[in-house]
Amino acid sequence: MTEHPLVEMIDIEKHFGGVRAVEHVSLDLWPGEVVGVLGHNGAGKSCLMRILSGAMIPNGGEIRVGGQPVQFTEPNDARAVGIETIYQTLALADHLDAPKNLFLGRELKTRFGNLDDARMLEEAREVLARLNPNFKNLRDPVSSLSGGQRQVIAIARAIYFDTKILIMDEPTAALGPSETAMVADLIRQLRAEGIGIFLVSHDMHDVFDLCDRVVVMNKGRIVGAHAIEEVSKDDVLSLIVKGELPADWSARNLEAAQ
Amino acid sequence: MAAEIQASEDERIRSETLATKLMKKPELGAIGGVILVTLFFMLTADSTMFTLSGIMNFMTPAAQLGILGIAAAMLMIGGEFDLSIGSMVAFAGMIFGALTVNLGLPLILAIPLTMAFAAAVGAVNGTIVLRTGLPSFIVTLAGLFILRGASLVGLKLFTGGSTQLRGVRDAVEGDWLARFFSGDALQGLFAWLASAGVIDTFSNGTPKVPGVPVEILWFIGFALIATYVLLRTPAGNWIFATGGDSGAAKNSGVPVRRVKISLFMLTACAAALVAVITVIDAGSTDARRGFMKEFEAIITAVIGGCLLTGGYGSAIGAFFGAIIFGMVTIGLTYTDFDQDWFQIFLGGMLLLAVVFNNVIRKRVTGER
Repeated sequence: MTEHPLVEMIDIEKHFGGVRAVEHVSLDLWPGEVVGVLGHNGAGKSCLMRILSGAMIPNGGEIRVGGQPVQFTEPNDARAVGIETIYQTLALADHLDAPKNLFLGRELKTRFGNLDDARMLEEAREVLARLNPNFKNLRDPVSSLSGGQRQVIAIARAIYFDTKILIMDEPTAALGPSETAMVADLIRQLRAEGIGIFLVSHDMHDVFDLCDRVVVMNKGRIVGAHAIEEVSKDDVLSLIVKGELPADWSARNLEAAQ
Repeated sequence: MAAEIQASEDERIRSETLATKLMKKPELGAIGGVILVTLFFMLTADSTMFTLSGIMNFMTPAAQLGILGIAAAMLMIGGEFDLSIGSMVAFAGMIFGALTVNLGLPLILAIPLTMAFAAAVGAVNGTIVLRTGLPSFIVTLAGLFILRGASLVGLKLFTGGSTQLRGVRDAVEGDWLARFFSGDALQGLFAWLASAGVIDTFSNGTPKVPGVPVEILWFIGFALIATYVLLRTPAGNWIFATGGDSGAAKNSGVPVRRVKISLFMLTACAAALVAVITVIDAGSTDARRGFMKEFEAIITAVIGGCLLTGGYGSAIGAFFGAIIFGMVTIGLTYTDFDQDWFQIFLGGMLLLAVVFNNVIRKRVTGER
C-alpha cells in the first residue's frame, strides 16, 4: 500500500472578481504533522484554509483526502471526511451551554427523535475532562465562560468526531499566557495521536514552538515551505514581508548542514 | 489520551445563587408580569373578571394574539422579525374567504390551500432576507404594505367591489372540519362539570360557559409544541444557534438558511391559522383584519423574554406575554378606568419588559 498524505491540495485557485486571492497553491499534510501557515493579512492563507474547510468553493484545483479526490460544497462535506476547523471567532453559539455547542449540528438523539441531553452531557463531561480537568460549568451558556474554556470547547468539538485534519485559525490570539500554554499542550497531544494540524498564526513564538513545517504565503502564492529547522524567525519574517528569503540564507543553511 | 494536561487554576468558575439561575430563565419576566397584572386587576376590577366566563373572555383574544406571538418569538429567537404577519392575517383571510365562498371548496381543501399560500409568501420573505442580506425588519415592512394592499385588491376582485367578503359562515356550515376551527370545544366535559355542580350554571341547568373556545386549545397546543421543539429537539438547538450567531451556526454545520426560511413560513402559517379561526368565527373577512397585530405579536414575544438581538427567548414566555396582553385588553372593561388607557398600559408594559430584559441580557451574557 502506498502511503498518502492526509490531505493534498493541488494547484488551488480562487478569484474574487479581478483579485486573485489564491494562485496555483499546492500543499499537503501528513499524519502527526503540524504545519504553520503564515502570511500578511490578505496573503490568502485564510482563504486557502476556508477552501479546505468547505466554507469556500475554489475556482480551480483539486483536493485529495487519503489519496481520493473530494469536492466540498459546504463545511459538512469537509467534516464528513474528517476535516475540522477551529475558527478565530470560535464558532460557538453564545446562549447555548457546552454540551449543546459540542454537538451543535450533530446532536445526539433518543430513539424518539428528541435531544438526548443526558447522554450529550455525559459525553461532553468526558471529553472536556480529558482536555481540562477543571472544566465544571457545563450547564452555563458559553458566553459566560473564559476565553480558555471557550477554546477548550472549540477544540473538544473538533476532536470529538473522529478528526484526522484540524485547521486552527489563530487559536491563541485571544488567550492569556497560561491559557496559551494549555492550548499548546493540547496541540502537542493531538499531534502525538496522529492528527494533522494546519496552524494559522501570527505568533512567531507559537509557530517555532509547535510546528514541524512552515508555509509562508504572499499575494496568494506560496513563497516558502520549509522544515522548521531550516529557517530562523528572521528568515520567516523576511518571507512574510518581502516574499523571499534573505540573500545569505542558502549560504548559511549550507554551513549549518556541514 | 496519554499526556496529562496541566490545567491552570485560573478558570474563573462562578458559583451562582438560585436567584441568579432563575433570572436566566427567559420566561421569568412574563410569569412575574402575569402575577403583577393579576394582582392589579384583583384589586381594581370587578370580581367577575376571574370567574370562568371572565377568564374565557380574556383568554380568547390572548389566544388569537398568542398564536402569532409564539411564532414571532420563535422567529425572533432565530434572529429575524416579521412585520408582515398582521397583514398576512388579512391576506390569508381573503384567500380563505375566496376559496370557501367563491370556489365553494370544503375546508379539507380550503384550509391546506390557505396555509400553502401563506407558507409560500413566508418563504419568499425569508428568501429575500437571506439573498439580499437586508434586515428582515425592512423587507417585511414592505410585506406589511404589499399584503395589506393585496388583501384590499383581492377582496374587491372577489366580491365585485366590496372590502368585506361575507357568507363564510354559510359556506362552511355543516363542514365536519369546522368544529376544529370555530366555536367551543369540550362541551361534553363542561356539561358534565355543570351537572356535577363544579361550574356555574344558568337556572335551567346549562353551564354559563358552554366550553372552551377552540382558539384557546390551539394556543395551548401550539405553546406546548413550540416549547418542545425549542428545548428538546435538534431543530430547537439550531434556532437558538442561528439567532445567537448565524456565522458560528453555519460553521458548525447548522443549515442556517433552512432554519430561517422555515421560521418565516411558520409565522406566516400561524397568521393563516388565526385568519381561518377568526374568519369562520366572524363569518366574513375584511381588509382591516389583523391590523397592528404584527406589533402586538412582537410586544408579546418581547414581554415573553425574547431579546431583539436573537438567540434568546422562549415560547412559554410568549404564551404568558399574550395572556398579559389579553388581561389588559379585556380587564380594563372590568375596572373603572377608561378604555383609552389601554394603549398607554401596553406601551408601559413593553417598556418595562425591554428594560427588564436588558438587565437580564447583561447578566446572561456577562456583557463581554
